[in-house]
Amino acid sequence: MARVLINLPQRAKRGEIIEIKTLIAHPMETGYRLGNTGTAIPRDIINRFVCTYNGEEVFRAELFPAIAANPFIAFFTTATESGELAFSWTDDHGQTQTEIRKITVE
Amino acid sequence: MRALLLVALAVAVTATTAAEIAPEARRSGYDFASSETRAMQDDDAANPGILSVLQGETLWRKKAGATDRSCADCHGSARTSMKGVAARYPTFDAALGRPVDLEQRINRCRSEHQAAELFAWESGELLALTAFIAHQSRGLPIAARVDAELRPSSDLGNELFHRREGQLNLSCSKCHDDNWGKRLAGSVIPQGHPTGYPVYRLEWQTLGSLQRRLRNCMTGVRAEPYEYGAPEAVALEFYLMERARGMPIETPAVRP
Repeated sequence: MARVLINLPQRAKRGEIIEIKTLIAHPMETGYRLGNTGTAIPRDIINRFVCTYNGEEVFRAELFPAIAANPFIAFFTTATESGELAFSWTDDHGQTQTEIRKITVE
Repeated sequence: MRALLLVALAVAVTATTAAEIAPEARRSGYDFASSETRAMQDDDAANPGILSVLQGETLWRKKAGATDRSCADCHGSARTSMKGVAARYPTFDAALGRPVDLEQRINRCRSEHQAAELFAWESGELLALTAFIAHQSRGLPIAARVDAELRPSSDLGNELFHRREGQLNLSCSKCHDDNWGKRLAGSVIPQGHPTGYPVYRLEWQTLGSLQRRLRNCMTGVRAEPYEYGAPEAVALEFYLMERARGMPIETPAVRP
């Protein structure tokens, strides 16, 4: 499991626009670099990020090799109701890491 | 002829007086970074160095080695026991009879008290633990103090800082004392204060130690870099800390 930092308000007013910041530890190996022996280091990047809010997709990003290591993704959404936000990162091996954060909307 | 001699003399004098930076004129690398880079360092939700600090916190509590002890078993909460520690490293190790930096001190603890395998230089674990410990001193002033035991190391560091080296025949001082604030191949030359190590360098896309940074500079002037842990490297680290005395620790800093 990669280390993840997710920052979002725990409480928000209904209809309020909230900022969500995410940071995940990942080397984002491009596949274009050569190792010490001259052979190519295989590509290993996170290629997809999805955020769902109570099951509904509110944000999605496709990532490419030009994106730096430890990708930081920040975005906005509208606080509609109390519940859960799920954040999923999928890498080249098809592995998905999902983190859940709760939000209370008043 | 006489005028020529005078000119030559004037050139020689300016070339040998490396002006030290006055305390009030000292500036951290942070001040030379772009507003975007500064914002990244200031926001713990965006600073990628924090990921390593969190990893270091896990390692602090993880039992290791034949003695099956963690750092926390001896030192307790790092929040109190490690506060200000990074600000006074490198320091003199009486048992070894030479100064050690924070990374070497961590590995000393691993061999002496945990009977565990040493962390490799620049390994993720060593950087994470160093960053976690140094993070406890964030905001505190650098307090490197020269005593009789550290005097030889301080003198050596001072000499190395001012000694011209490599094919480009440059000393550290030529750039970081005499020409800071100007540009070298598009990048601003900072004053070279080690305020935020281990530092997250965007160029490296990872955390790196002060020794890695020194090796980087030495390769840059086409000199042979010191091995990791070499007495010269530690002496230079000590001299840099002494030179930056009083400046606040920023670990983990973000630099371009």
